[in-house]
Amino acid sequence: MTVQTLRQNAPRKQRRIQLTERHLPLALLLPSILIILLIVGFPMLYSLYLSFTNFNLTSPGSIEFIGLRNYVTLLTKDPLFWKAFGRTVLFISLAVNIEFLIGLGIAQLMARAIRGQSLARTLMMMPMMFAPILVGFQFKWFFNAQVGLVNNILYSLTGEPHFIPWLIDTPMGFIAILIAEIWMSTPFMAIILEAGILSLPQEPFEAAEVDGASGWQKFRHLTLPMLMPFVYTAMAIRSLDIARAYDIVSIMTGGGPGNRTELIWTYVNRLAFTGKQFALGSAMSYITVILSFLFTYMFFRNVLKSRWEGAMGE
Amino acid sequence: MNRTDIHKRRFRRDRWKNTINDLLLWLVLFFFFIPALWIILTSIRIRNEINAYPPVWIPSGFSFDSYKILFGMPTPEGAFGLGGSIPVIDYARNSIVIALVSTLFALIFGTLAGYVFSRFRFRGKNGIFLTMMLARAVPGIALSLPLFIMYARTGLSDTLPGMIITYVALNVPFTAWLMDGFFRAIPQELDEAARIDGCSAWTAFLRIDLPLALPGAAASGIFAFLTSWNEFALANVITRTPTSRTFPPALFEFTGQFVSDWRGMTAMSVLMLIPAVIFVALVQRQLMEGLTSGATKG
Repeated sequence: MTVQTLRQNAPRKQRRIQLTERHLPLALLLPSILIILLIVGFPMLYSLYLSFTNFNLTSPGSIEFIGLRNYVTLLTKDPLFWKAFGRTVLFISLAVNIEFLIGLGIAQLMARAIRGQSLARTLMMMPMMFAPILVGFQFKWFFNAQVGLVNNILYSLTGEPHFIPWLIDTPMGFIAILIAEIWMSTPFMAIILEAGILSLPQEPFEAAEVDGASGWQKFRHLTLPMLMPFVYTAMAIRSLDIARAYDIVSIMTGGGPGNRTELIWTYVNRLAFTGKQFALGSAMSYITVILSFLFTYMFFRNVLKSRWEGAMGE
Repeated sequence: MNRTDIHKRRFRRDRWKNTINDLLLWLVLFFFFIPALWIILTSIRIRNEINAYPPVWIPSGFSFDSYKILFGMPTPEGAFGLGGSIPVIDYARNSIVIALVSTLFALIFGTLAGYVFSRFRFRGKNGIFLTMMLARAVPGIALSLPLFIMYARTGLSDTLPGMIITYVALNVPFTAWLMDGFFRAIPQELDEAARIDGCSAWTAFLRIDLPLALPGAAASGIFAFLTSWNEFALANVITRTPTSRTFPPALFEFTGQFVSDWRGMTAMSVLMLIPAVIFVALVQRQLMEGLTSGATKG
């Protein structure tokens, strides 16, 4: 093709590109949007509908529309619900905050480590590869009354056999689950925060040192504020997975004994599948969805702010 | 790692403080790493020493019998109390097929979506992004209820395709987010140069952006793979038999029924861990970059 013909074709080609380009974003997004609508959107609408009926698995033929009655039952007539709900909120708040604090501590230590930094990072990532169900199994075994690691350590330290039933005890069962959850999720927090610490600009720190700032002052007024985008990212990813605790609890205690470690997610399972009250379970599941959404929205708002508004403003 | 070196220099001043720092770090790592190591060690210990009283801390020898029993091979001890053989080969096959195929599709869809989020401006972009993330945030147990009924009615229950499409949908949002970060790290000038040379947007994507984002795609793929490989809440409801059951619900089932043999269960746990460890070790650096590149741009 000669330069001449290229020039002649140029304007027409330009127009064609613009036409297709207007549709390109939608065309590329379409497969993702379709599969999410099909596998998540539509089913969730269906379960919203079910939550307004009296559907149950034992007699699937008779569906009656009963309005908000399932929700009213849960919120006003079910003492177990509020206990499970309160326990879950306590669980999430404790887990996320402790994970953040320990993660920040480890990130600081790793960023300053002189020897074996990459080995430390690799070992640290080990819990991230564990399936939550595997984490649960592991800690179920550690806290086992007969052959558990914890009781064995107590035996060897004190010289007397201990058969403490950790998982059956009231506050200890909850704490055992919390420990498993923290073990599983802290490394991820630490890795992200370490990446953040390593990418901070050096000039402010040098200036602060010239001014004679203490270590704590530097941390409080420089590291922490500049680290916030990374904190948001870590929290946002964490927020997507808070319900993973369901796996841990179902294998460690199954919510028992006597609902003492019940979280809202194991309660969904108990109502819908064990108790065959599928509609009530659906209503319960919507409460878990709302809690997750609130959590996700809270952190993603910050991520969106720091991502797109920043990038768009360039 | 230029940044790391700068940091090392900054912190190198005080030798005493550094020693304390490293000691603390390894102490913390000990607490995080030892539980995992303990599982692996137990799977190759001699049976009597696991249940011994007083506890035996230093193993007198090792045995791979628990693995042999798991795969149905004859051992001097005989099978452990698992009520017949476990279809481990079936579980492994299902887990591998489901995780790999769903990862491939999630990667294709998510890469396209991530490209759109990183390169185009259009109305409702933030809304679509947030909606996708909310879809990912739906707890597995909540989604398992309607899928249980719908899959039973459409014949997708207990099938590999049913599990695969479920995991594609589960993985697309996060893959899109990570890929958005990777594409964002590629200078847009490259695109513009290609466009001036007469490339269409699609050709520019295929020839310029996609090859540059491939390491990132590998990292996102690992994330998707791990999610599929480790997912329990949905798999527990959708799969029933060895035709489609994966490792996580299988582990749950067996520990629920036969808690007596912890060693056999640790052997199965180690089998579950091997692919995850290999894949993560391969791409951990890219993974970090993908997770953090978007945030640093803010």
